[in-house]
Amino acid sequence: MPQQIPDDAPWSAEDSVGLVEPKTLQFDTALELECGRTLTSYELVYETYGTLNSNASNAVLICHALSGHHHAAGYTSKSDKRPGWWDACIGPGKVIDTNRFFVVSLNNLGGCHGSTGPASINPESGQPWGPDFPMMTVKDWVNSQARLADVLGISRWAAVIGGSMGGMQALQWSIDYPDRLSHAVVIAAAPKLSAQNIAFNEVARQSILTDPNFHGGRYYLHDTYPRQGLILARMVGHITYLSDDAMRMKFGRDLRAGRFHFGFDVEFQVESYLRHQGEVFSRNFDANTYLLMTKALDYFDPAREFDNSLETALAKPECKFLVMSFTSDWRFAPERSREIVNGLVHAGRDVSYAEIDTPKGHDAFLLDIPEYTKLFGAYMHRVANEVENGVNNVEAGNHA
Amino acid sequence: MRDDLQLISDWIPADASLLDLGCGDGTLLAHLQHHKQIRGYGLEINQDNLAACFEKGVNVLEQDLDEGLGNFQNHRFDYVVMTQALQAVLRPDQILNEMLRVGREAIITFPNFGHWRVRAYLGLKGRMPVSSTLPYEWYNTPNIHLCTVQDFETHCRKSNIRILERQVINRRHRSGLLARLWPNLFGEIAIYRVTV
Repeated sequence: MPQQIPDDAPWSAEDSVGLVEPKTLQFDTALELECGRTLTSYELVYETYGTLNSNASNAVLICHALSGHHHAAGYTSKSDKRPGWWDACIGPGKVIDTNRFFVVSLNNLGGCHGSTGPASINPESGQPWGPDFPMMTVKDWVNSQARLADVLGISRWAAVIGGSMGGMQALQWSIDYPDRLSHAVVIAAAPKLSAQNIAFNEVARQSILTDPNFHGGRYYLHDTYPRQGLILARMVGHITYLSDDAMRMKFGRDLRAGRFHFGFDVEFQVESYLRHQGEVFSRNFDANTYLLMTKALDYFDPAREFDNSLETALAKPECKFLVMSFTSDWRFAPERSREIVNGLVHAGRDVSYAEIDTPKGHDAFLLDIPEYTKLFGAYMHRVANEVENGVNNVEAGNHA
Repeated sequence: MRDDLQLISDWIPADASLLDLGCGDGTLLAHLQHHKQIRGYGLEINQDNLAACFEKGVNVLEQDLDEGLGNFQNHRFDYVVMTQALQAVLRPDQILNEMLRVGREAIITFPNFGHWRVRAYLGLKGRMPVSSTLPYEWYNTPNIHLCTVQDFETHCRKSNIRILERQVINRRHRSGLLARLWPNLFGEIAIYRVTV
């Protein structure tokens, strides 16, 4: 019994999934990619929380956003101070209740947290892939996730859930594998990027590509990495994750030293914050992965293969949808979520939509905002009830 | 379920498509979904109501009626329903037109400001009426466009809106003889099915 655990140990909290361990799966069946190339073999790293029920009907897939990974909830060690990136929403009794759901969270292909990506060794050359790693798309990720589901024995997800780029994966799932999910939860996403979105991504990419330490993407061989480029990329990105109001509330025009120095060192708190965010990010993220993930975002446009008709694309899904947005999100503003909603309504799909009033900007989807968790929780409560009442259990129906 | 909702659900045939403006906690939609296999959506802005709809498994979209229904195609729905909200929108005439654009028929309920008790309250007390169907004070009421049965029917005539069915009921949701004979005087809640 855990008697010697200190009361305040975060990993032992009642609503935490506790200590978690990543698992790795090796895939040896070639994966055909949208770019025309093929990955002959690859690894996916993932975590799971909760228990898969006997008919594998309570599984939920979490898709991560641009800088995300498989570690969505809980703690990797007892000394770990910060939980996974979506711990606010995943855990016993939380929105995605691990007492009821079996939660699967993976690191996408091309990532830099354990799944095969640009920093992995290319079996053909014996050297890191670097810039030779094939370009990934949201569609490719969904295909690789479907294979992961096959191995885990999950023929149908109770829900596929994601925020931002994760929401795009949930949407793609609903179009490409309509019979393999009962619900898609699409949060703070868009049906495709706007020119402005692509422009911000391009600034981020250029800052990496023009860093002298980038070495055409083969910086691994030079024992260095484009630190400045990554810092800059993250700083630009981070501005788009916060709202004007959020920045005003958080930093205002506060000065670090209380007075002007009339120089270019850090003076305003917001500068300090951005530099710190960039610094931390540059140490933990691979530049080639950042390039690849931003391109995957730019390419995302499920309507494209349906004569640019979102309505036609959204005639494919059979699942039910929850779409959510945040009022102060200007990266993927509520209007962008409403495009998805309108497309679904025109196509006659089941969809519910909520617009959360918050000043927190795009990052709000990661946070514990009462209004957000209440609505999200109410929806997931219904999903769990359906699972427990066997509402969407196709297999069970067929066997009966 | 409220009697007026029961009345409305009797008017709607099985398998119809429906848009419910200001759908509240989704009671009507849930009822029609289970008993008549209708497909539809509710529009709502209250967060508690949204949560209730989510739990019930009713499609609900957070959308303000005062911003119109521009996101819905012409004749997308068989029925567009609005219960007890006509008097609370900025432009009842415009929302009515919108309802009849996106729906083949519209079903509307509103509190009748011509009811004798309302008239007596204003006439005798000289104060804005407060009652069980109109429970607000003049300064905090969401009911900014109250109308009478006659007002509504006059508007329909002028706008070439055809009234297909009318039910006028009292506060106990019963339709008495008096209300049937003199709806504008004895009806407390008016329920209409209209089309163009």
